[in-house]
Amino acid sequence: MAAKPKLCYFRGRGRMESIRWLLAAAGVEFEEEFIETREQYEKLQKDGRLLFGQVPLVEMDGMVLTQTKAILSYLAAKYDLYGKDLKERVRVDMYADGTLDLMMMIALAAFKTPGEKEENLALVVKKAKTCYFPAFEKILKDHGEDFLVGNKFSWADVQLLEAILMVEELDASVLSDFPLLKAFKTRISSIPTIKKFLQPGSQRKLPPDSHYVKTVRKVLQL
Amino acid sequence: MAAKPMLHYFNGRGRMEPIRWLLAAAGVEFEETFIDTPEDFEKLKNDGSLMFQQVPMVEIDGMKLVQSRAILNYIAAKHNLYGKDTKERALIDMYIEGVADLNEMILLLPVSPPAEKDAKITLIKDRTTNRYLPAFEKVLKSHGEDYLVGNRLSRADIHLVELLYLVEELDPSLLTNFPLLKALKARISNLPTVKKFLQPGGARKPPVDEKSVEKSRKIFKF
Repeated sequence: MAAKPKLCYFRGRGRMESIRWLLAAAGVEFEEEFIETREQYEKLQKDGRLLFGQVPLVEMDGMVLTQTKAILSYLAAKYDLYGKDLKERVRVDMYADGTLDLMMMIALAAFKTPGEKEENLALVVKKAKTCYFPAFEKILKDHGEDFLVGNKFSWADVQLLEAILMVEELDASVLSDFPLLKAFKTRISSIPTIKKFLQPGSQRKLPPDSHYVKTVRKVLQL
Repeated sequence: MAAKPMLHYFNGRGRMEPIRWLLAAAGVEFEETFIDTPEDFEKLKNDGSLMFQQVPMVEIDGMKLVQSRAILNYIAAKHNLYGKDTKERALIDMYIEGVADLNEMILLLPVSPPAEKDAKITLIKDRTTNRYLPAFEKVLKSHGEDYLVGNRLSRADIHLVELLYLVEELDPSLLTNFPLLKALKARISNLPTVKKFLQPGGARKPPVDEKSVEKSRKIFKF
């Protein structure tokens, strides 16, 4: 039986969270090694497992993979969450890239000074409400289907749900003008693998707090 | 006969340039509509042509694609420049994400605050010679083949060579200690399609200058 994928990252969301979501959505059990000290990180770098000296790192199927998007694309293809052909795949990519952009803004805001952080997060909510969510509401409206692409569950749906929940943490009312996204959120959250991941005790990580930021700064010497 | 792809962007490199390189390398002729004024940009947005209100946008095969990564993935897969299976693809993706990270730093240099420019250039040079170029030189050394992945031309070679040209423009001495990369650059530059692209009058855009930065600021309001 194949070994479980092994994830190596900080004990927090950051750039690894979307990978955790996708594995969980695909029903794939995974193990995690958490980086807590600078020494651990330097050892990883010396080991030669980090192609560009950076995490996230995922070891699976005999490969040592870094670069978030490379990992996500591999998982999407492997678990049949990437559309049925090239034209569906490009739509999944477009939507996933858009939501990833939004989520990265939130992840990076945690490392700004308090004033800047508030400003950045307010901007994220604004962009979600005026640019990203309207775009996805329109997609769902135009085809009237349950999933974003090809009437079938894909990576794009997983990431959109992840993004919705993240933005709701900043502003609980953010979906008030988007009825189809509200229904989408309920629907995707009910998928058994996703439901399980959303329960307490799963490997889903909490929003970044000061301890997380401190650890990352210390390890990466930021 | 299929219409040529139509690229929508301002008349400069920016985030469209890797797309130009890849199409050119694949031997695909394309047309460009340049966004020259704020009004041009507003019109595109109001048309509903830009999913997330951003460019690059490429009209290709009946679709209006945004998100440069999605666009590049589509072109690469369509023209057989994405490896022979998902594992080669994962490797290619890992390499090109590293290229994209360094490219992003160089891309943003002209628009960084003047007071920060020197520090940014120092960081770029450090990352180039200590993180990125050594990684790629090592890949080529490890298998001794002419191309980065699978002993065959892929998008990884194209994107890396594009980056090497940018690095050379910044400071030619940065390539000194990387003989295999220099050889790759020469080899890829000699491919008939790439050679044509690099010739004067080819579709390649010149380096950014102050004037075009100012123009972009006005159009895209940043």
